[in-house]
Amino acid sequence: MNRERRSFIGWLLGGGLAASLGSFLYPVLRFVNPPEVPEAAVNEVVAGKVQDLKPNSGRIVKFGSRPVLLIRTIQDEWKAFSAVCTHLNCTVQYREDSRQIWCACHNGYYDLSGMVVSGPPPRPLEGYLVHVRGDEVVIARRT
Amino acid sequence: MLSSESGPPGRTRAARLRAWLDERLGLTGVRQFLAHKTVAVHSGTPWYYFGGITLFLFAIQVLTGILLLLYYRPTAAEAYESVQFIVTRVRFGWLIRSIHSWSANLMIFTAFVHMFSVVFLRAYRRPREVTWLSGIALLGLALAFGFSGYLLPWNTISYFATKVGTDMAASVPWVGPALARFLRGGNDVSGATLTRFFGFHVAVLPGITTVVLLVHLALVQRFGISSPPWVERRSAASRLPVPQMPFFPNFFLRELMAWYAALGALGCLAALFPWELGDKADPFSSAPAGIRPEWYFLAPFYTLKLLPSRIWFVEGELIGLAGFGLLAVFWVLLPFWAADGRGGERTRLVTGAGVVLIAYLATFSLLGYLR
Repeated sequence: MNRERRSFIGWLLGGGLAASLGSFLYPVLRFVNPPEVPEAAVNEVVAGKVQDLKPNSGRIVKFGSRPVLLIRTIQDEWKAFSAVCTHLNCTVQYREDSRQIWCACHNGYYDLSGMVVSGPPPRPLEGYLVHVRGDEVVIARRT
Repeated sequence: MLSSESGPPGRTRAARLRAWLDERLGLTGVRQFLAHKTVAVHSGTPWYYFGGITLFLFAIQVLTGILLLLYYRPTAAEAYESVQFIVTRVRFGWLIRSIHSWSANLMIFTAFVHMFSVVFLRAYRRPREVTWLSGIALLGLALAFGFSGYLLPWNTISYFATKVGTDMAASVPWVGPALARFLRGGNDVSGATLTRFFGFHVAVLPGITTVVLLVHLALVQRFGISSPPWVERRSAASRLPVPQMPFFPNFFLRELMAWYAALGALGCLAALFPWELGDKADPFSSAPAGIRPEWYFLAPFYTLKLLPSRIWFVEGELIGLAGFGLLAVFWVLLPFWAADGRGGERTRLVTGAGVVLIAYLATFSLLGYLR
């Protein structure tokens, strides 16, 4: 009887302690997890003037909070891809010498349709639409 | 109370001060402990200094880190400019920052030397398994200090290194995305990551390190410094005890000389090769050519570079990260698989694993640096 009572009190105290710890830890864990900050949905951005980018070159354009690589090919075609490498999140660049997209971090190459040519990237780059309106270049999200 | 009248007549003022302190601090006990503490003397004894050198360099890190805190501002808008201010405008700011960066690198190097000397001198054996585990935890903390401190100048290289590092964390099964969000303070590396890493670097990691370091040092005191098994065997065969030297002052003074040499090397490196600041991080620029992490992350960096996009049907990156994870677990548990369970040791396996690991780290780090 005495042992049962001791065991009951032990469980009660242990349970109370665990509940107290839980009630301290839960807000701490929620606090360290950053809140989702809603972003305004961006569907298209003006990337600049046609004459700003010469053929066989590329540059990074801000698309909302994401970097997008805008390329003007040597054949004077316009292309745009997410500039975030699918391997480990580095920002890619256009290489004029090889006419490919290159990630300097782990030496990954993509062709001008965003497909992986060599190196460790596991997936192709996400493509964007490019429209030329007058002398303005507009990048738009694919629907 | 200290007065010229206290204590027996005829004692000097210094002796009376010593007696006063002894009564209140129990210094006699410490003196007696130090008088009896000895260190084994054999061909491997010089390797014992590396643990102390690592501790000394950590103390330098703490002191120079506190000095840098007087000027550093942990926001994306001001971090780079504040470090620029330290190295260009503050008197000896370049030197303090350079010493902080160089001593961080030297500390990680001496910690690795200390770890491998423990392996090859068999100092991880029973009953020192927990000492080994606490040492490995300290090495992990040192690497975490390196990774978090690397971002603080908010330059291009550190920005992309943090992007890659936190993306590797995101690849961990199940908890990866939540872990990456926790580390970054959001979905991507940003000013929130910088502020968070600053908090880790100057508050969280020092707090944890202090506790683990005290445990590690207490265990070293509790079990003493280990003698290698071949020295113990030779001693048993000759029926003579292992030669010892007193810890204080003999070993202590030698350790001080080692610290002095480390300080000299550190001063030369910091003065002759000041740590560069680089360009300010721009989240909307491409990763520059030739980008690479700090030397102690070069081996995994180069391994990830070599792995193809897919191995069978699994992403190469995942295979690489799983390999690193298994290797880390294998290494952490070394004292447990090194004992064969019948009172013997798998010495060849341990030596082989140590040599292979050193060869891998040295070769891949060199290749990662050159290519």
